[in-house]
Amino acid sequence: MTVTEEPTTATEIGRDRRRKEDQRLITGRTRWTDNLALPGMLHMAMVRSPFAHAKITNIDTADAKAATNVVTVITGADVAEEQGSLPNAWPITPDQVTPPHPPVAVDRVTFAGEIVAVVVARTQAEARDAAELVDVDYEELPAALDLKEAAADTVLAHPDLGTNKSALWVFDSAQAGTGGDVDEAIEKARGDGIVVEREFRQQRLIPAFMEPRSVVVDPTGEQITMWSATQIPHILRFLLAAVLGVSESKIRVIAPDVGGGFGGKLQTTPEEFIAMVLARRLGRPVKYTETRSESLMAGHHGRDQWQKITLSAEKDGSVTGLKVELLADLGSYVSLIGGGVPVLGAFMYNSIYKFPAYQFNCQTVLTNKTWTDAYRGAGRPEATFAIERIMDELAVEVGVDPLEIREKNWITHEEFPFTTVAGLEYDSGNYEAATEKAKEKFGYDELRAEQQRRRESGDPIQLGIGVSTFTEMCGLAPSRVLGSLDYGAGGWEHASVRMLPTGKVEVLTGASAHGQGHETAFSQIIADRLGVPFEDVEVLHGDTQIAHKGLDTYGSRSLVVGGEALVKAADKVIEKAKPIAAHLLEASVDDLEFSSGRFSVRGTDQGLGIGEVALATFAAHNYPEGVEPSLDSDATYDPVNFNYPHGTHLCAMEVDTETGQVKMRKYTCVDDIGNVINPLIVAGQVHGGLAQGIAQALWEEAVHDDAGTLVSASFVDYLVPTAADTINFDIGHRSTPSLTNTLGTKGVGEAGTIASTPAVVNAVVDAVRSFGVNDIQMPCTPERVWKAIHAKDGGGADPTTGDAAPHFDPADVADRTDGAAQ
Amino acid sequence: MARIELTVDGAKVSDDVEPRMLLVQYLREKVGKTGTVIGCDTSNCGACTVHLDGQSVKSCNVLAVQADGGEVTTIEGLAQDGELHPMQAAFHECHALQCGFCTPGMIMQAVDLLKENPDPSEEEVRLGIEGNLCRCTGYHNIVKAVRTAAGSGGGAA
Repeated sequence: MTVTEEPTTATEIGRDRRRKEDQRLITGRTRWTDNLALPGMLHMAMVRSPFAHAKITNIDTADAKAATNVVTVITGADVAEEQGSLPNAWPITPDQVTPPHPPVAVDRVTFAGEIVAVVVARTQAEARDAAELVDVDYEELPAALDLKEAAADTVLAHPDLGTNKSALWVFDSAQAGTGGDVDEAIEKARGDGIVVEREFRQQRLIPAFMEPRSVVVDPTGEQITMWSATQIPHILRFLLAAVLGVSESKIRVIAPDVGGGFGGKLQTTPEEFIAMVLARRLGRPVKYTETRSESLMAGHHGRDQWQKITLSAEKDGSVTGLKVELLADLGSYVSLIGGGVPVLGAFMYNSIYKFPAYQFNCQTVLTNKTWTDAYRGAGRPEATFAIERIMDELAVEVGVDPLEIREKNWITHEEFPFTTVAGLEYDSGNYEAATEKAKEKFGYDELRAEQQRRRESGDPIQLGIGVSTFTEMCGLAPSRVLGSLDYGAGGWEHASVRMLPTGKVEVLTGASAHGQGHETAFSQIIADRLGVPFEDVEVLHGDTQIAHKGLDTYGSRSLVVGGEALVKAADKVIEKAKPIAAHLLEASVDDLEFSSGRFSVRGTDQGLGIGEVALATFAAHNYPEGVEPSLDSDATYDPVNFNYPHGTHLCAMEVDTETGQVKMRKYTCVDDIGNVINPLIVAGQVHGGLAQGIAQALWEEAVHDDAGTLVSASFVDYLVPTAADTINFDIGHRSTPSLTNTLGTKGVGEAGTIASTPAVVNAVVDAVRSFGVNDIQMPCTPERVWKAIHAKDGGGADPTTGDAAPHFDPADVADRTDGAAQ
Repeated sequence: MARIELTVDGAKVSDDVEPRMLLVQYLREKVGKTGTVIGCDTSNCGACTVHLDGQSVKSCNVLAVQADGGEVTTIEGLAQDGELHPMQAAFHECHALQCGFCTPGMIMQAVDLLKENPDPSEEEVRLGIEGNLCRCTGYHNIVKAVRTAAGSGGGAA
């Protein structure tokens, strides 16, 4: 069954409201953590390991301690007993190998950038100067750097563990009873069908949020207050308490203005734990703000997988089985979500398709690199990339258009709800409709015709068209399901609605925004639900003393889970107001109806606004017996299912076959994210998501040298795209409301990133397929593209002629150094 | 220590600063202009962009002592008499910001761009703000905002 209808037309929901958040941000009236200055505040600077793997043989802190205005210098040994071990909240198997993770390394460093000592001084400059004076002796150890070699245990990242293999996580549809035996399907296809096998590389990425991470801890109050540039103030509070043994009730965590996260601030960090330990020890506020190079080097990274994909199909292109074998680089520790990130992809490789058999194997591997964790999409971009790349390859094998092969295999809109081979129940969707609309907006047929013309004429600029028909699961999710996967937390969200005496409304949410626009979108939801003006709603979040309960913001969950919690809390307010309104109106509750913020007595012109009821309840002079004089309400919402945004993304790339340069010509997407609360915010999420996914395809990569040093440790070398690299995006929507929440919404924060990467690479490969190219590793740099084009001819197909390169003419000896010969 | 005197957002300020102190550190730590932020160590991100004597500069790339005697405008001095600068208004109207961390620098750079070129093409806008990184918006709406402001006097600052 499928429900297709226009987005709801209520007053606020669906309106392109300008954001409430903007006023502060565009005038510089901001509260970034690094802006805070407290009386007596001290500053920390970190001494970090230059080696990927080494024994610490001695640390001499005498000179640093003697420096002016230095308060203390500590090493790992100094805090070994109290610093605890940073938590891994998702051990993916019971036998997962998990090395202890001290915030400050004690006797051995395991990646270049790991903290070995901390200097605390009166100013940041003095702390950084003194950090230079700390003298650390290392005995270098062999480092496990290459993922495949590490998986073979050639060199051990942690010698005492005896292996680099952390966990093997397997899903098999035959065993799970959700499908057939994949090996049988592949065997059969080898005989009478098609088998496509590819190995894809998910390069290591860096989230590269714009605000460097920063933490301030003030131990001077009864509650120790931590401000942190984090996505997860509530989880951080819980884990600080659990790991450090401080009573949770004595900790307050505040995430003030947070400058982007993209999963990169979904972490509990060594720096936060050290700040907590040292502030308590010193009894004074301490602050730490990382430099950009520290951020790129020691903030967690993302992706970094090898993906072996085997797809079996009938001769006509009907897929019969999919087998996935992953190697996933954890880096040197199993971080907060750690190995859970690739496992989130396990349910998404089958994507929108009806595959009869499926097997997923993921081996997580420890190496001597920065630890990896969530980066926008977390597991789902990797899965989507692999399946959408290989579906294109299948189309080539069958000799049909890539959209045709997808249509042959996708779930049709009549087939919902559909239980997939990975065991998820997709509630709704309409892949046909999104695809049709995208094709039209894109001008698919015309671009295909142009591509043909360019191929035939041997145009040096070839055109490629890339397709990605993605889906994803978001809104992590029913707590019981997460429990069954051994995830360390639930998936609920909490909200409170406070009715103030003046009729204004305070909304408290456990979601913790860092750029998403919750203050605006949540105000719209509440304004509609309670019938109050948008301006009268104040959304409070990101402070455990105010929004005391929550599971924070990641995984495109805030609206679909947090928004639903708001609805439930608002509904309770109405229910609580009803008997009081009835009492004041001298009517029966049964005769009351609530609409547009007003309780009316049916069949009369008598009524009261919800604000009037709020004021009367505050005064409490006149309210019914057996009812509490309060309208304030809480709700904790645990979703019944994930929700499944989908969409069709089409990309046209021009490739200069002479230079390998690629240029994006057009990018069109039609996403189905259910009902839209604020189309302006949604468009922003899609644009930004697209840019990040495109950046993986074309520019970004964390590159290490042979010694394990990150060489792309500044924005000079880590290529976050600029305005000059990107184009305007052509985005559209088609709505099939989600049936898993009453607002009918689906997540949107990660969709663009998940969908776009394969669309771009498919387009680049499509442009040069006539040269015999069937894959190009990401990022698709001009060098890689050029080499792929010339892989078979051993160099330029059309050697540079003398005419084209007069400077290399040996007969030309003119001196041009001063321009005189020109 | 060196004594410097300058004007910041219309107010005269004077301090003793270490010669190595960057203008951005001076603005944030001494003058309290925390609207201007630090996003990188290499002058790549442009988050710290301010106007020095009417020209945009990355304030992490200028020493405080170099601003001695100068006139600095930060994001906090852009709105006049409670009225948003047209560029600020355009950023709001076009949803050209999400987390907002790059926004102060982006707006200051965009204002400078329109001063040089009051009616830039899309391409000219993209090249003109190339030195300012944004991780949230994909630049789509920033470009739109700058062009919107161009139609409403965004260069007047």
